Amino acid sequence: MSQQTVQILVDIVKLSIVASVIMGIFVFILLVERKLIGRFTRRYGPNRVGPFGLLQSIADAIKMMLKEEMVPGHVNKIVYVIAPGMALMSALSVFAVIPFARDTITLPLESLIGFSVILTPWVADVNVGVLYLLAVGTLGSYGIILGGWSSNNKYSLLGALRTSAQMLSYELPLGVAILSVVVMTGTLRVTEIVEWQTQFAGFAWLAFLQPIAFLIFFISALAESGRAPFDLPETENELISGFMTEYGALKFGLFQAAEFVHAMMFCTITVTIFLGGWNLPFLNEILSVLPSPIQALAPVIHVGIFIGKSLVVYCSLIWIRASVPRMRFDQLMAFCWKWLLPIALLNLLVTVFVLAIIAELLGLW
Amino acid sequence: MLNEVKEVITAPIEVAKAMGITLKQLLRGPVTNQFPDEPAQVYPRFRGRHTLKRYENGLERCIGCALCAAACPTGCIYVEAAENTDEDRHSPGERYAKIYDINMLRCIFCGYCAEACPTEAIVLEHDFTLAEYDRWDAVYSKERLLEPNNPEYLVVRDDEVFVKAKTWSNK
Amino acid sequence: MELTIFIITAVISVVSALGVIFNKNVVHSAMFLLAHFLTLAVFYFMLNAQFLGMVQILVYAGAIVVLILFVVMLLGEQLGEDIPRWVTPTNGVLVLLALVLLTIVGTAVVEHPTTGAKGDFTPELIQEHGQAEMIGAVLFTDYILSVQLAGILLLVGIVGVIWLARNENLPVIAGDIPTEEV
Repeated sequence: MSQQTVQILVDIVKLSIVASVIMGIFVFILLVERKLIGRFTRRYGPNRVGPFGLLQSIADAIKMMLKEEMVPGHVNKIVYVIAPGMALMSALSVFAVIPFARDTITLPLESLIGFSVILTPWVADVNVGVLYLLAVGTLGSYGIILGGWSSNNKYSLLGALRTSAQMLSYELPLGVAILSVVVMTGTLRVTEIVEWQTQFAGFAWLAFLQPIAFLIFFISALAESGRAPFDLPETENELISGFMTEYGALKFGLFQAAEFVHAMMFCTITVTIFLGGWNLPFLNEILSVLPSPIQALAPVIHVGIFIGKSLVVYCSLIWIRASVPRMRFDQLMAFCWKWLLPIALLNLLVTVFVLAIIAELLGLW
Repeated sequence: MLNEVKEVITAPIEVAKAMGITLKQLLRGPVTNQFPDEPAQVYPRFRGRHTLKRYENGLERCIGCALCAAACPTGCIYVEAAENTDEDRHSPGERYAKIYDINMLRCIFCGYCAEACPTEAIVLEHDFTLAEYDRWDAVYSKERLLEPNNPEYLVVRDDEVFVKAKTWSNK
Repeated sequence: MELTIFIITAVISVVSALGVIFNKNVVHSAMFLLAHFLTLAVFYFMLNAQFLGMVQILVYAGAIVVLILFVVMLLGEQLGEDIPRWVTPTNGVLVLLALVLLTIVGTAVVEHPTTGAKGDFTPELIQEHGQAEMIGAVLFTDYILSVQLAGILLLVGIVGVIWLARNENLPVIAGDIPTEEV
């Protein structure tokens, strides 16, 4: 086997590992969400299946799988079946460029196969990674739009229309907010953005340096992933279930999974771009004075920190969901076009201006 | 325009307030009654399933007069009386109810039967677990209605609790 | 390896392009268009033009096709189902025009082959500075006039849409539902 083939195989294995771990975490996070939202409303949440209700999500998944796969007679069959898969696929593919840790591990296999295999803590380090995040993230709206259209149901169609309008609109402030980050770090590579944030002993989190961009990104991400208070695609009181109305069994489960994975995806992106990724303040300094066996565990510590941070961000999403009521559609649009986008543009302008002045003063031109 | 600007400035404060309230509720802990594990709490005047009462000496209060069946607006009570004999004495008077059936699927728990009863034999007690696997099981026979049949999963709140409960609001 | 990927992608690309034209269901056409745009992005990736490929997905696959679907949904799916037949004088003229265009493009490609690196941008330089930076530098120096013109064109489009969408009957701006005064 050539080196290239081995690397491709390694990448495929890594991809499947990431995808399965994400789905595993999704099952766990579903429970966390239900339990937390219960606690916020002074209930217990699911606690009957297994100890502390830990097996509730698994029970739900089994139930979804065992249900009868039914395709209503009036739907557009091909599109109807494809749509949930598309929704989940786009949400999952984004994780390909997320760096979960810093250090690459070299497996010394020269004696076995003639060359060493390099293991990276990310699936791909695309040099336009930020664009990849945006591009693949937007493909998620297809699942919803096509699902809504193919269902041949008024409520589904209305839900889908709303979603497409909402996603197209909120993509703009999202992109502009990320753009000001890109301007600051001077790179589109996700790993380099994280590396940039390890400056000043790990305090250079972009959430501190770009608080407005961070807020705008966070709000837009909420809207993009269709989370409360922006969950208009599936307003139960107006649209039954929006685009999901005609779906059942595993396809419905896939849509649900896509929604949660989408939210998880935005949490990890928030952590990666704005909250320092796998790094914590003084982490590198502390690690460097520790004995080398512990230093060898650095990737594990990094992954742990990354997952912990993402969980914290996800819990804040749940907190917001428990606190803020759903917006009206015209409010949603007005908020995006009249406030978020102009503020994001202004923020970008100011960022560029300040950076240019600093560069001028330091004589960096 | 000025109004909108004001709104945008006040909105984050409102959101922060809302999130503060939910956080406070989170920290106060759940109020859910874990029903099958913990006893459910009902108020003293809660009207649940009927109970046929007994006297202290163990004799049935019911005399089989069927006034309850007459008072019942849905006609869910069926009473068939029989004569008491000295060998087979069920109630202090002349007659007792040989058959006393209540169809719980029909009953609307209005309590008229209890009002009509001359001996206070039938009382609407607090049991509310009336689900059955079979429709015919919902027709309760005399054996299932007669005391003692108070379920242990019920706790009747005293009035003090009821008064305290009025201070439940978030103030 | 690369050739295999190219052939597979090319076949998908051509088939989906034909699918766009010959499908009578507009939504199916849009989906074929989406597939086509994605294969184009794959071509860009294979040419080591990741930036262009990503922009292709972001703009065309992510936004344009969504807009097309949006319009289709608003107008109803019967769009396109009233095409009676393919052989019409208009279609003949269109095919002729397409052939002329194809000839011109083909001649240009054959006469001026564009294989290999062009200009000062060696792969090493691109590797060092990153594609986005190089493209940005070129766009905002050599091609600044084109960028400005494109920007103005887009601005005109935006202004035109706002003018079209305005509602003369309403005293308030559309979307501004009057709220109660506090």
